[in-house]
Amino acid sequence: MANDTSSGGGTATVPDPGATGFDERRSESPLQRIQHVLHANPILGPLAVLVLAIIVFSIVSGRFLSAANLGLVLAQVTVIAVLALGQTLIILTAGIDLSAGAIAVFSSILMANLATDLGVPGALALIIGLVLGTAMGAINGLLVTRLGLPPFIVTLGTLSIFFSLNSVVSRSETVRGSDMPSIMTWTGTTFSLGGFRITYGSIIMLLLFAVFWYALSNTAWGKHVYATGDDIEAARLAGIRTGHVLFSVYTVAGLLYAIGAWVLMGRLASASPNVGVEYNLDSITAVVLGGTSLFGGRGLVLGTLVGALIVGVFRNGLQLGGVDVVWQGCAIGLLVLVAVSIDQWIRKVRA
Amino acid sequence: MTAETSAEAGSQKSPVREPVLQAKGLVKRYGMVTAIASGDLELYPGEILAVIGDNGAGKTSLIKALCGAIIPDSGEILLDGKQVHFKNPMDARRAGIETVYQSLAVAPGLDIADNLFLGREVRKPGVLGSVFRMLDRKRMKDEASRHMSELGIATLQNIGQAVESLSGGQRQGVAVARSAAFGSKVMILDEPTAALGVKESNRVLQLIRDVRDRGLPVILISHNMPHVFDIADRIHIQRLGRRAAVITPQSHTMSDAVAIMTGATEAPPPVA
Repeated sequence: MANDTSSGGGTATVPDPGATGFDERRSESPLQRIQHVLHANPILGPLAVLVLAIIVFSIVSGRFLSAANLGLVLAQVTVIAVLALGQTLIILTAGIDLSAGAIAVFSSILMANLATDLGVPGALALIIGLVLGTAMGAINGLLVTRLGLPPFIVTLGTLSIFFSLNSVVSRSETVRGSDMPSIMTWTGTTFSLGGFRITYGSIIMLLLFAVFWYALSNTAWGKHVYATGDDIEAARLAGIRTGHVLFSVYTVAGLLYAIGAWVLMGRLASASPNVGVEYNLDSITAVVLGGTSLFGGRGLVLGTLVGALIVGVFRNGLQLGGVDVVWQGCAIGLLVLVAVSIDQWIRKVRA
Repeated sequence: MTAETSAEAGSQKSPVREPVLQAKGLVKRYGMVTAIASGDLELYPGEILAVIGDNGAGKTSLIKALCGAIIPDSGEILLDGKQVHFKNPMDARRAGIETVYQSLAVAPGLDIADNLFLGREVRKPGVLGSVFRMLDRKRMKDEASRHMSELGIATLQNIGQAVESLSGGQRQGVAVARSAAFGSKVMILDEPTAALGVKESNRVLQLIRDVRDRGLPVILISHNMPHVFDIADRIHIQRLGRRAAVITPQSHTMSDAVAIMTGATEAPPPVA
């Protein structure tokens, strides 16, 4: 049969046997093999970084591996990890959420002020705060799906709005934990487990990761999140209601940020309108370090947990090693750039 | 009107054959541009109907109307003789019309089984499925394997392989298998061989024949004349937003078809 090229189709015809042969030849090199392995198991890279960092820091400082210190690292990463979980869902759909920290902080202020100023019972104040946080996520979702605006712009706008409202509601005042019902700071209380002091907030965080690991890997919703992020047009044609998927993702992320607010109040033993500016970007950092692709469709929540731990371990280890705090940002920044470069490189496997 | 008797249908016993899918006088305008001036099409049971036409002839719009991707301004679509209204591709799929898009509409990062069931996932029975929404991955994998091997796509041992790791022809195979598995009335393929080499094209053409032989009538949109003449039972030629002619590979040559397509020749009366 004649290999007739289309009479005006304009489709670039790539002869496949050639491409395959090219691929096979290249996969001979060890670097190429690493690329394939990382592509098939995206968790390996972050895990290697984490293990390596732990080994290095435990050599640098004898205190690093102590139960007390490891408990501290876990407590320090808990809030970021919860926010990063919501962020992961959004980044999996090829979106980004710059308002994650703003929603969390504003939710904590709402919860605290409801309980103290308005005298709402603690549990009810928490629930209302969770609903309001979810609503803030839903607003992002509506703007992204209904108006079709880019997530970056939408959440840049809502970031400003939520932080501004946050200042109005809080009158820029911190609510002390001792003034709140105890349930609101319960997440910061600890229990002992084999010498480790673990906060209930960390347990909540780990449970949330387990839930979303399950939801993403074992439910149709999870498959739809990946498919939507991978190729939204293909997902739509395959019959997935991509608008619903996106909206659900932003809404669920809002709920996660509000749960993060509860964990945050426990961690700080207060509700402060002035924390959390850095949480927006820290949550993205954790996701990226965890190997989730900013281009969407690839990544694991387990990777995000590892990514959050990498940030925590680096901050803590550099401090124990006597490195000036100002250099921590530099180290984390370098890690992010390396992680994104590796992601780019791994994705070339497809071509 | 019935001058052409060389149609494949010549041997059909029943004199009144009911089309499975029929379009009557479809019109679609985009502002001043008329995409379909008068869309008419009949697809009969057990046939491969190729739709050809120059760029801008309206064949894509016509097909999109049939698979629910666009809503025609007027005219009617009949499925098994009953009028249907598709608001979106999902409506068409529910009615049994499956489309293999040129872009394939597969999620590259998901595996073959996930892609076959994308948007139609199977949940576990009992509480696990109803409350915990757990997918029945084993059943999906088993059924995916069965569908793939039924169509003779045997080169794929690992149904858990990501689609992006497959060759172009294999991806096409996955998309065709998905449509064949769920399509109960009609399969529409848009340029299935456009991005493939010779060997893979032949395999996909054979796949399309297999689908027809298993009882699913096929509409094939293609630019590739040799492929069309190789595989089609009838050929619908679209020109300037209308059906210019319906011919068969036996009644006309490729150059006749091109001449009709471009308007160089007066169109023959349609084959019923």
